Amino acid sequence: MEFLRPATWREALAVKAAHPEAVPLAGGTDLMVEINLDRRRPELLLDLSRLAELRDWRRESGTVRIGAGVPYRTVIDRLAVELPALAMAARTVGSPQIRNRATLAGNLGTASPAGDAHPALLVAGAEVEVASARGTRTLPVEEFSLGPKRNALAPDELIRSVAVRAATGPQQFAKVGPRNAMVIAVCAVALALRPDTRTVRAAIGSAAPTPLRAREAEEFLNGVLAEGGHWATGRPPPPAAATRFAALVAAACAPVDDVRGSADYRRHAVRVLARRTLDRAWRARAGAEGAPA
Amino acid sequence: MGVVPPPDGLTRCGDTAPGAAGGAGESTRRPDGVLKVTGDFAYASDLRHEDMLWGRTLRSPHAHAEIRSLDTAEALALPGVHAVLTHADLPAATHYGLEFTDQPVLADDRVRHQGEPVALVAADHPETARRAAALVRVVYEPLPVVHDEATATAPDAPVLHPDRDDHHAAHVPHPNVVYRQPVLAGDPTHAVAAVVVRGDYTVGTRDQAFLGPESGLAVPAGDGGVDLHVATQRLHADQRQLAPVLGLEPERVRLTLGGVGGAFGAREDLSTQAHACLLALHTGRPVKMVYDRHESFLGHVHRHPATLSYEHGATLDGRLVYVKGRIVLDSGAYASSSPAVVGNAASLGVGPYRVPHVAMEALALYTNNPPCGAMRGLGAVQACFAYEAQMDRLAVALNMDPVELRRRNALTQGDTMPTGQRVDAPAPVAELLRLVRDRPLPPPRPWETGDGVDPRALPGGLANSSVGEGIVRGVGYGVGIENVGFAEGFDDHSTAGVRLAGDRMRRGEPGPWRGNEAAWNAPGLRLVGGEVVTPRGEVLASLAEVLGEEAVERELEFRHRPAEPFDRATGQGFGHVQYSFCAHRAVVDVDIELGLVRVVELAAAQDVGRAINPRAARGQIHGGSAQGLGLAVLEEILVGPDGLVRDPSFTDYLIPTILDVPPMPLDILELAEAHAPYGRCGAGEAPTLSATPAIVAAIRQATRLPLTRVPVRPEHLTGT
Repeated sequence: MEFLRPATWREALAVKAAHPEAVPLAGGTDLMVEINLDRRRPELLLDLSRLAELRDWRRESGTVRIGAGVPYRTVIDRLAVELPALAMAARTVGSPQIRNRATLAGNLGTASPAGDAHPALLVAGAEVEVASARGTRTLPVEEFSLGPKRNALAPDELIRSVAVRAATGPQQFAKVGPRNAMVIAVCAVALALRPDTRTVRAAIGSAAPTPLRAREAEEFLNGVLAEGGHWATGRPPPPAAATRFAALVAAACAPVDDVRGSADYRRHAVRVLARRTLDRAWRARAGAEGAPA
Repeated sequence: MGVVPPPDGLTRCGDTAPGAAGGAGESTRRPDGVLKVTGDFAYASDLRHEDMLWGRTLRSPHAHAEIRSLDTAEALALPGVHAVLTHADLPAATHYGLEFTDQPVLADDRVRHQGEPVALVAADHPETARRAAALVRVVYEPLPVVHDEATATAPDAPVLHPDRDDHHAAHVPHPNVVYRQPVLAGDPTHAVAAVVVRGDYTVGTRDQAFLGPESGLAVPAGDGGVDLHVATQRLHADQRQLAPVLGLEPERVRLTLGGVGGAFGAREDLSTQAHACLLALHTGRPVKMVYDRHESFLGHVHRHPATLSYEHGATLDGRLVYVKGRIVLDSGAYASSSPAVVGNAASLGVGPYRVPHVAMEALALYTNNPPCGAMRGLGAVQACFAYEAQMDRLAVALNMDPVELRRRNALTQGDTMPTGQRVDAPAPVAELLRLVRDRPLPPPRPWETGDGVDPRALPGGLANSSVGEGIVRGVGYGVGIENVGFAEGFDDHSTAGVRLAGDRMRRGEPGPWRGNEAAWNAPGLRLVGGEVVTPRGEVLASLAEVLGEEAVERELEFRHRPAEPFDRATGQGFGHVQYSFCAHRAVVDVDIELGLVRVVELAAAQDVGRAINPRAARGQIHGGSAQGLGLAVLEEILVGPDGLVRDPSFTDYLIPTILDVPPMPLDILELAEAHAPYGRCGAGEAPTLSATPAIVAAIRQATRLPLTRVPVRPEHLTGT
């Protein structure tokens, strides 16, 4: 196994162009486990952890651009106001030690359907900036995950940053695991209210081959909220509509039975979480605007 | 310590017993505690030797298969490889075992469980050894898998050990039954009762989940023997099994205890011992073996999974008339300590209760599942989950408070066990239950703080699955009876032995003390942290220096009362040296919509006879309770009908974290046991029994579900 440690981002892209099989290493919280347990023996490791330019994050107009080397710890400590769902998801990642090392870009690169960040990025709205020696392109996060452990990166590409839209309304993230900490998601739900566009977004994790948005549920609820004038009045959606919304989110799942949970449980739990995150987010909006709950 | 004043005539364990400075009754820290926390402790996996080779085990991917051929040529040809050994290379005895000699050192023509060792490699680098092991060509022909009682005892079931010659072989109902033990008392056939409850229960396979993986370093010696440094629980049992396998006299097989990173029973059986020694003797070089976590899960015995069927009969005022029970334990491919597990399950199977008529039967099966053996509270843990569930079921049938029902039937000193053994030491079962019941309950809605919701206090924790939605509280009770031996490894005797030695030294007891005699003949000396200290605090010497190479012989000469085997047909006999009792009250918050559980408080009351080191006693009860919590809601080795383990990692085999373990207030009684030195009684195992049923009882109260299986999974609570 060869270990390559480029000194600059430019050099990293050149190395990746010359050795597309090189496996990028950021926090190492997934990759090193696989190597230690003998599940993977890459010929070439491309260590990106020393690249200072990847550890930057900055606010731009209406978005926060997070460098590929930024660990979850920073998201929790510095970005919870702009990116509430992502910060909530970040708090559920592994242990404190893992959160100090693991990165958002690593979560995307690994492309596990159970990655905690994905549903939060999907509801916030995010673009992934990927680069190669050939140039740079951006992809909506919806188009980034292709399947379990598969993503849209070309062999010579690396993730440079993720631009996440700053929240304009309440966001929620909730996941289920049988243990009260340090647990891989059995399933997860994120939800965002966007008063500026009068829309709702909902996404699920760990309940389908890729993280995904529950578009039918979103459209249904958007219709209910518009028709009932709920954005203007602040009144919560009728319970029957909230229940229907939760059922539609659950219907978007395509879960499997595995050691972590049954497919039926995942569908059931996604329904419960969808209802709870909607209720909580709407309550928070009502609270924020002084409208009746 | 508890806030309830001790009842008259009872003493309560304190931090410092008066007049016990440096001796029995004073809390002291483990000598290795700080080293372990700071990472300075040398575990067996840290051992190194000049010129050492690395050993690696090739293991079976199948649960049951015939080995058609085995070719080591390619592996041997890899540069850096010094040896590849198979069954054909074994120099002497080919099998070993704790109670039966039924386990092959390396598989011969058949593998009986996933992970069974098939070949050994020694190489100059662990990576080379790994690659070489992958180059050993084994052709397997899979065989039908025996995975439960039905497949094990079917008329055409494959017999897993056709050449059994153990002393139980002639007495078992089927050759795939390792051992069977009935216990009969009174006249269970004709006993009738006004109220009868029946139940079937299941306990999943669980792991001891120690943190330090199996490791050993074998160094060939000039006399043709071998020096083995190993993390183990039973050096002498290891040596007894190793010598025949190595073809050496026992005195040429010298074992030294390496740093042990937890055991809980899983280090009673051999792991790296024979393999490292064989490779070292074959190559003439020191050989180190360390398992990774995956291999560790496949390379040590687990706790026996069990299916249990019970029928309890009682009078209308809640007096037990009879208990009939059948406990089927799955030993997996080899016997390990199954006879002892069966004996405990059968003899302790009705629990800490007076029962006039008893018909218990326990048996262990040979299957192709992972081998099971010793784990803290062996046999008694499985039974306790079921008999306590039955007591709750009976309380419901009688419309009686579950603690009151237990109190009416509570065993006490002078009562007779179903084995005919009289309980001639304190058995404060009713008192322990009273102590946990009378404790103030924790406040409702503990997640509501002045600043809002603290999700860490809720089921799901920081996962944010609930901020108060769907939560229902439940309270449950459990009490158990465990047998006690004096063997090191079951309890924390690491400081207790030192404390007793120090106590005697301080009193100036004459004895065959060796070393610096002046040190303990001076008045007022104390033993502090393993050092002999003058009244002014001056350190004279370490205990090790004082004792030199010699053990404290007076201590070693203590022999507990002899116990005898149970009668094969009736289970009668003085089978246990001591009994130990613990009661728990569990308070849980259950998210009934998501099926997630947060244990809010787990209170325990236990009689420890005499707390030689109260800090260690508390630690044992806390640790045992946390382990009981793990079995209640988290920990299970998932094994498919194919006999393959689905979750051999700490990613999916979930043990409780600090956010899962609640406050655990304790009441510790010290009712001296007249037959033991200092009145001491084993403290480490009993708390592992009753924590599990107490938690499940609390979940039942919250959910109104029958819950007959542990661990309880979210699926069980949501019908999914």
